[in-house]
Amino acid sequence: MPAIVVDHIHKSYGDVIALNDLSFTVEDGELFGLIGPDGAGKSTLFRILTTLLLADSGTAYVVGHHVVEAYKAIRKKVGYMPGRFSLYQDLSVEENLSFFATIFGTTIRENYDLVKDIYVQLEPFKTRPAGKLSGGMKQKLALCCALIHKPEVLFLDEPTTGVDAVSRVEFWDMLKKLKQKGIAILVSTPYMDEATRCDRIALIQKGKILSLDSPDEMVANFGKPLYAVKTPQIYQALMVLRNAGFTHSALPFGECIHLTTNLSLNASEIRDYMEQKGIAVEEVQPIDASVEDIFLNLSQTAESQRQ
Amino acid sequence: MINVFWAFVKKEWYHIIRDKRTLLILFGMPVAQVLLFGYAISTEFKGAEIDVLDYAQDESSVQLIHHLQSSGHFTLHNILTSEQEMEKGFKEGTTKLVAVIPRDFDKELFNGQPITLQLITDGSDPNNANTLVQYATTMLNDFQREQLSMRSTPFQIRVESRMLYNPQLVSAYTFIPGTIALILLIVCAMLTSLTIAKEKELGTMEILLVSPLPPLVIILGKVTPYAVLAFIDAVLILLLGYFVFKVPVLGSVALLLFCCLLYVLVGLSLGTLISTRSSSQQQAMMSSLMGLMMPSLILSGFIFPLSSMPGILQLIGQIIPATYFIEILKGIMLRGVGLQFVYLEILVLLGMVMVLLAFAWKNFNVRLQ
Repeated sequence: MPAIVVDHIHKSYGDVIALNDLSFTVEDGELFGLIGPDGAGKSTLFRILTTLLLADSGTAYVVGHHVVEAYKAIRKKVGYMPGRFSLYQDLSVEENLSFFATIFGTTIRENYDLVKDIYVQLEPFKTRPAGKLSGGMKQKLALCCALIHKPEVLFLDEPTTGVDAVSRVEFWDMLKKLKQKGIAILVSTPYMDEATRCDRIALIQKGKILSLDSPDEMVANFGKPLYAVKTPQIYQALMVLRNAGFTHSALPFGECIHLTTNLSLNASEIRDYMEQKGIAVEEVQPIDASVEDIFLNLSQTAESQRQ
Repeated sequence: MINVFWAFVKKEWYHIIRDKRTLLILFGMPVAQVLLFGYAISTEFKGAEIDVLDYAQDESSVQLIHHLQSSGHFTLHNILTSEQEMEKGFKEGTTKLVAVIPRDFDKELFNGQPITLQLITDGSDPNNANTLVQYATTMLNDFQREQLSMRSTPFQIRVESRMLYNPQLVSAYTFIPGTIALILLIVCAMLTSLTIAKEKELGTMEILLVSPLPPLVIILGKVTPYAVLAFIDAVLILLLGYFVFKVPVLGSVALLLFCCLLYVLVGLSLGTLISTRSSSQQQAMMSSLMGLMMPSLILSGFIFPLSSMPGILQLIGQIIPATYFIEILKGIMLRGVGLQFVYLEILVLLGMVMVLLAFAWKNFNVRLQ
């Protein structure tokens, strides 16, 4: 059985549907990413899989155990890092780690090799209270605490939120090493650029999976021509492009507009069209899709279908 | 599992000694409360200022005025000359009592008739006014008896009342037991419910739940340090009472400590129950303040006697653990009674522990909802 099996999970809070018929599996040694904005239902799913919440319908298995009936067995074998920093702020780095080691019936020394790479970075601060660490250090400590008992599955709920860019890269490097040790990792993030670090990703929005594949496959299967349009008049350009017959979608993207079209066009054709409509164009360039493009396109399609 | 338990206790210990606020509640509050009750909220008084309106102005009335001041409870503030001046002292707040001595005071005194002496007090502070009148009346009776005995009137009935167990009516005798009951409740119930609610609020409960820890170990690990500290507090208050206010422990100290332990258990189970019901520290705080502290202060017979309350309040008073605990403490400390006189109260407290623990157990959620 795969490390995690999610089978038609449904969960709502009153009228609000948090998870709508979710199904996927995560294999041993796989790094699986849940990509979606805040409120997509990621944390709810984590809590159901870590046996903290009950789903309204559907079943789920973690390390071969049913999440409701065998919750005690699961709690011994998983590591969980909640979305909010949840260690004892008034306890030092070392005290936190040894406390969590003890409650899982182990010691720091016994599993030191597993956390060594991360812990060496924390070691200079080991007498500092956890509440006084920087954001990146806090997350590294939380990861250490979630790992100290050698879990078979690791649940990381937005581990890189509020962490600086350098620490984020380091964090993903660590996850890669852990994956190689055979640990299945389910990780969520609102940052689309982190998606490419996963083996497979599920794009989720409003409790539904929009797409599930490896990031490379997803990009390869994007299927529509994509252009980056650079213009000083972003708002007017958006209006013009959205009314053009060839446009599938036009979305603001930093200082550019990402344009997908229904038919294959030359960059110069688009440029000419826009200049005819009186828009100053600096540059039009065909580009490869990013996960963010895919997400925005899918979510737009999902929105229009709902209406 | 015993290692896990000790790790938990150690962690809890770190929380306590690193948090100044908790330390202050634990050790500052008992001392402050005992001293406050002891010195500030005393029903005894000394040197209350009085005015006298003397219509008689003879030898006997002058002797009476001297007599009133002789005990040190009253000091003469003003001799008034007319009724119009009486209110002035009250309004200025300088006078607590006015004694009006009638014109034929001398005659009444020596005919052995009861003296009709008018005592006027400030009714806006009824407790104080009552106490003043009582003291003054006692002194007047004394005065009359003294005067009469000098003239050797043959037959007199003397009423001598004695207050058993607290002959001087020292107020420390009643507030030390009450303070122990209150402090133990605050330490056990409030601090325990706060510390469990804090784990929920900060999200650490989420991690504790997703671990192999049985709920029982979580709860025991959290409450044990508080139980020990509560016990230390109880001893601290007893010592303060004994050395500062001379409140004795006449009965068995062992029995007393056993009852404290029992009451600590009641408090802990109440605290656990409250924490299972509240998701934030603020909620836990409000529940324990409104639901526990207020009733224990007012309806336990600590400050106001239960027997003079309306029926419904008496009923509520009877489900408050502090009511029974204060009874036990007064029995053992002041009357020096043994187990046979307090076993009923002990049984009631035992029953409460069972019921509360059962509820807390039933309410403890192994999940987040």
